[in-house]
Amino acid sequence: MRSAAARQQRAGLALVSPALFVVALFFILPMLMSVVLAFRGKDGGLTFEHMAKALDLYRNDLVFTVGITVLSTVGIAVCAILIASYVTLGSSERTRTALRWLYRWPLFIPFIVTGQVMRTFLAKNGMLNHVLVGGGLIDAASAQSLLDWRGIVIAFVWKQVPFVTLLLAGAMAAVDSQHIEAARNLGAPRWRVLVDIVLPQVRGTLLVGLVLSFVTMLSVLSVPMMINPNSPTLVTVDIAYRINTHGDYAVANALCLLSLLLAAGGAALYLRHAVAKAVPAA
Amino acid sequence: MTTARFGRVDLLPMLTRGLFLALIAFVIFGPLANLVLWAFAERWYFPNKFPNEYGLSFWYRVFQPRGNALASLGTSVWIAVLTVIVSLAVAVPAGYALARLRLPWRAGILLLFLLPQAIPNMPVYVNIARVFYTIGLNGTVAGVVLVHAAHGLVLAVWIASAAFAAVDASLEEASRNLGASPWTCFRTVTLPLAAPGLIASAIFVFLESLDEFTGTYFVGVPDVTTLPLLMFNASMGGNYQIASITALLLLVPSIAFMLVVERFLKPEVLAMVGR
Repeated sequence: MRSAAARQQRAGLALVSPALFVVALFFILPMLMSVVLAFRGKDGGLTFEHMAKALDLYRNDLVFTVGITVLSTVGIAVCAILIASYVTLGSSERTRTALRWLYRWPLFIPFIVTGQVMRTFLAKNGMLNHVLVGGGLIDAASAQSLLDWRGIVIAFVWKQVPFVTLLLAGAMAAVDSQHIEAARNLGAPRWRVLVDIVLPQVRGTLLVGLVLSFVTMLSVLSVPMMINPNSPTLVTVDIAYRINTHGDYAVANALCLLSLLLAAGGAALYLRHAVAKAVPAA
Repeated sequence: MTTARFGRVDLLPMLTRGLFLALIAFVIFGPLANLVLWAFAERWYFPNKFPNEYGLSFWYRVFQPRGNALASLGTSVWIAVLTVIVSLAVAVPAGYALARLRLPWRAGILLLFLLPQAIPNMPVYVNIARVFYTIGLNGTVAGVVLVHAAHGLVLAVWIASAAFAAVDASLEEASRNLGASPWTCFRTVTLPLAAPGLIASAIFVFLESLDEFTGTYFVGVPDVTTLPLLMFNASMGGNYQIASITALLLLVPSIAFMLVVERFLKPEVLAMVGR
């Protein structure tokens, strides 16, 4: 019996090992290279020169990156909570169906297309300004281009809200409806039900969605390049610039390492949650 | 609660809901409408609200037999097909093992497969490009396929594992009890039952490769130009018509697939496409 189990374990390892090898080669190794190359001097010794240079040249952009990604994450959270809660708790059945159909569209639209779409939509002569002017909300003279930090935040939120909403609406639908009905029967208004009963139960899902969005935003090159390529911009653009213009992998890797550090807390949180969820499935 | 319910419809809430939906519809479709307008604009000068002139001449330019766009589309599709083959060849066995076999260090293995989602990808692309440059894989289709396949693999492992886990194990036991070898059982019972999920994962990997930009930007340049790269170059060069037409070409398969696929895949997996 024991040998059969051992054989199954060996077979299992043999089947996963090619995939593990690819992950090690294409994800773990490059990450380690970032750590090493960020601190390796020309003579091969340890140096903090690259890190100092990265922090010196790109301090503004690092702050800008944190600001943009945090602001976008907050925007994503607010929009996703509003949409997901209406989709699961809203009073009008027809509105819920319509909303469910509407909100998903940007989900599959690639970031590069999102960049192009927003580049035209948010420009001074874009459709947004024409509609705002046409609707009498602003006058033509005060129309301005939103292709700066605001454009990046709008593009990120537009693209990522459906993802978090989808996760969140799924989790909200799984909340025991008896809890909700009991609270409603006791006279709690809908927003109290949302804040006191539903949101606490879907906190984990919301967190996972937001962490994955945050990491994704730290990885996107196309959106900042197309919407706001000039400083201050996101570090992804700086990394590409160090490499394409200077062939400077050392400072690029120092910036990469800093972006890994930015994501580390969230990543650890996500991994703990996801592994805990996946392990009993065996 | 409301006495007004009898006899007449609550007008105010209905109006509010209508306005709310209209606002969301504008936020979602406004930007896309702007893209479509650009795709059919012959000329569009400031400060006109709509194009000065509509036409198809840029479409002819995109689709002319020896144009860049068709060549890029060909490169993109070729890379995506190879990516599917490479990543599924590696991901299907792994997905099967994760779903069906007892594995030592299971939590650690899961952690490794989850990790790529949890880290920013720039360090990965930058250093792979650096290594590929020294071994001559930069600017080659093979190099781009490897990068795409590594990313597609992570996605495919999860979908394949879910597909295998959903197969009723008692059917496999029945076939084994009737004397089928493990391989025959896998080939005639497990694989056909898991096939829809595996096909879905193949389509996902295909779309992800088709839409991928950052990895190709680092590893593919200057010799491999995929559709997203062509779109990017056209846009940065100020040619909004070509950029919009190529963007539409990229959108169509993704949107079409979204409308079909969301019924049978988990949102966590759904959300990984379109980067």
